[in-house]
Amino acid sequence: MTKSSWLKPTVLPGFGLSLGFATFYLSLIVLLPLAALLGHSLTLSWAEFWKVVASDRAIASYQLTFGASFIAAAVNLVFGLIVAWVLVRYNFFGKKVIDALVDLPFALPTAVAGIALTAIYAPNGWIGQHLSAWGIKAAYSPLGVTLALIFIGLPFVVRTVQPVLEDLEKEIEEAAASLGANRLQTFCRILFPALLPSLLTGFALAFARAVGEYGSVVFISGNMPMKTEITPLLIMTRLEQFDYAGAAALGSVMLLISFILLLLINLLQHWSNNRHGAKA
Amino acid sequence: MSSTPLHSPHPAAATLRKATTEPLWVRLLLTCIALLFLALFLVLPLIIVFSEAFARGAELYWASISEPAALHAIKLTLIAAAIAVPCNVIFGLAASWAIAKFQFKGRQLLITLIDLPIAVSPVIVGLSLMLIFGARGYLGDWLMDHDVRIMFAVPGIVLATIFITFPFVARELIPLMQEQGREQEEAALTLGANGWQTFFRVTLPSVKWALLYGVILANARAMGEFGAVSVVSGKIREQTNTMPLHIEILYNEYQFAAAFAVSSLLALLALVTLLLKSLLEYKAAKDLAAGQPH
Repeated sequence: MTKSSWLKPTVLPGFGLSLGFATFYLSLIVLLPLAALLGHSLTLSWAEFWKVVASDRAIASYQLTFGASFIAAAVNLVFGLIVAWVLVRYNFFGKKVIDALVDLPFALPTAVAGIALTAIYAPNGWIGQHLSAWGIKAAYSPLGVTLALIFIGLPFVVRTVQPVLEDLEKEIEEAAASLGANRLQTFCRILFPALLPSLLTGFALAFARAVGEYGSVVFISGNMPMKTEITPLLIMTRLEQFDYAGAAALGSVMLLISFILLLLINLLQHWSNNRHGAKA
Repeated sequence: MSSTPLHSPHPAAATLRKATTEPLWVRLLLTCIALLFLALFLVLPLIIVFSEAFARGAELYWASISEPAALHAIKLTLIAAAIAVPCNVIFGLAASWAIAKFQFKGRQLLITLIDLPIAVSPVIVGLSLMLIFGARGYLGDWLMDHDVRIMFAVPGIVLATIFITFPFVARELIPLMQEQGREQEEAALTLGANGWQTFFRVTLPSVKWALLYGVILANARAMGEFGAVSVVSGKIREQTNTMPLHIEILYNEYQFAAAFAVSSLLALLALVTLLLKSLLEYKAAKDLAAGQPH
């Protein structure tokens, strides 16, 4: 293949240098280690691999990881939409500060979030003591894991829905209203379908982030095997027992799931951009 | 709320406004739900960090952040970020130049691969590095023979940090540079500038806010990374402990006030990051409104 057939001609220089450096760096820093992980898990026979990734303890960890991540992303879907709506449509004192604060989970180190949430929801914590009076155990239970994952995924839905909501034209709503739709009908039939692609993108991003989360969860979960042990922690445990092949097997299962989620997110973003772009 | 305002030019205008917003009680309810949700999940953890940090007094707070182990952790965290962030800035500039200024096959794949580190669990990042550089990794024997330590040492921590913060700068630059197109660079070249002059005098100034934005996000993530670093560091006190790992050790030793004291420094970093981010967004919007990229 000649150069001109896959590169559109242009007068700008530096294509070879910039692409060469970028792909070299990407391969060295990201692809090589991930390939090593997949390669290492291949040292196991199929039966051994299956024994590790389908053990009771591993399956319990998948259930917790994916279940809690799903619930957390769903909670963020609902509240993220409300937060985005309020930030775009209404005015109130301190709105700018609140808007900036939404990104806190991106900026606050996960270990700090983890110990802070544990301090809040532990049986003697600010909220935990009231919950335990009602017999609800927040920290050191699947509920605690979910709470940490809600924190971690909070900005995603808000930040994907917000720009779409800002760009929606008021005229469409006015047209709906003048044609006799009430506010709820306008929302359900006009606004919600327009927001749906970005809502789903935000949901998928929050879910993907939650599935891999480690730092904030280890403090609040209590880490009991079969009960509150997430998959990344199980990988950590295998590593500490020098069971590298087992860790690599579990890691490659998670890596595969991450790949699939990433592809799904790309498709959703593509859909969202098409919707978004077609209107403008 | 039912009466039409006196200054309204036309009664229909008020009806229309009413039809495109919600009744007052709905607006109040939604605002309260949103604020309560954010107060519970964002503000409360922040308050807890600072109140627990000072729970045993300012003296213990000062002692906790100035003891040798804490100072060493702070130093190591700064070193890791100081190496990782510039590496990723150079990568981000190269990748965004190639992706935004040229049309080539496989471009979309490259963009997807750049996003990959965001989707990969930090523990898996650490594990992957371990499988290459660890004692039983692919390069383990060679490294041992040549007496090079990467795992359980500073180079491993730096590598893990680079991996984790890999996409941040590139992700900020690519969409902006795509939007800006090629005309300005082409004009500069036509006027006789060489490639590097074009890059440093035309392209770089027009993306400076996005670049800075990527840098502060990458920096916040680099200093706060926990999962990946905790696999590769070995957590040797005063040798391979970064701030987040130091916090974990203190916490597991039930030195809660000290753990929160060190945490408060990172929480402060997060708040400064958010402040700078808002400032940069404001600057970028102002430049855009002024109609000139620099």
